[in-house]
Amino acid sequence: MNEVPLSHILFVSTALFFTGMYGLFTRRNMITMLMSIELILNSVNINFIAFNKYLHAGKLDGVFFTIFIITIAAAEAAVAIAIIINLYRSHDSIDVEDTADMKY
Amino acid sequence: MGVSAVLFYSISAFILVTGLLAVTTRKIFRSAIWLLFSLIGIAGLYFWMQMEFIAAVQVIVYVGGIVVLIIFSIFLTQQSGLEMLKPLRLRTLISLLAVLSGFSLTYQFIYRYRFVASSHMPIDVRVANIGSQMLSTSAHGYVLPFELVSILLLAAMIGCIVIAIKIKPAKK
Repeated sequence: MNEVPLSHILFVSTALFFTGMYGLFTRRNMITMLMSIELILNSVNINFIAFNKYLHAGKLDGVFFTIFIITIAAAEAAVAIAIIINLYRSHDSIDVEDTADMKY
Repeated sequence: MGVSAVLFYSISAFILVTGLLAVTTRKIFRSAIWLLFSLIGIAGLYFWMQMEFIAAVQVIVYVGGIVVLIIFSIFLTQQSGLEMLKPLRLRTLISLLAVLSGFSLTYQFIYRYRFVASSHMPIDVRVANIGSQMLSTSAHGYVLPFELVSILLLAAMIGCIVIAIKIKPAKK
């Protein structure tokens, strides 16, 4: 446990965050963009847990924040999928390039 | 390098490789499965940090809930065997550039910063302790966010039903 420094854990979470950002930039399908957002939220959770474990072991604030983030991510995923299904019904496509009704 | 360090580096490599595959593979169903493996790897990382409760929550909510929901919506909205279109080369290049520069900048800051631990006592993450601290009404309790989150979940549930409901056309 103590032989791995904190910065290596932060390396993992930073790399995961930017992997999610890459997916968010390149993908144009709404479901895959949602997956990238899940990756980003998970990297944030790793950060909270690592900071709580290494730096502020007397309190549990990082654990609580992680639990709340997981809860809100679940709610967000459910609402996003409802929107995606509704969009698919009206447009027959979930590509973000095809949904230009409100553009301009 | 001890067993613990070897375990950490192999879990991290697993997470990063499966995460990268999840955002680059062109078949959407495979992408969801790679995301599933990546989330399981993150749960393993929590186990490695001896946060068993968070790891269990991760497995139940993400792996058992969100990924299953994503797979359902893939089946509802498209043919999963088809390959997605390749992203434009210019867009790939620009986003790769942005992501790599952002990563190097951020990690440089993290690497240079000297983190100072505020306490050295062992962390107490028994479920009883987590529950009693979260729901305490004293200065460090989290009972108000807890109630807010429960209202948010109810609102999200009702909102999902309202958004996704199919209205039958009126018969004449």
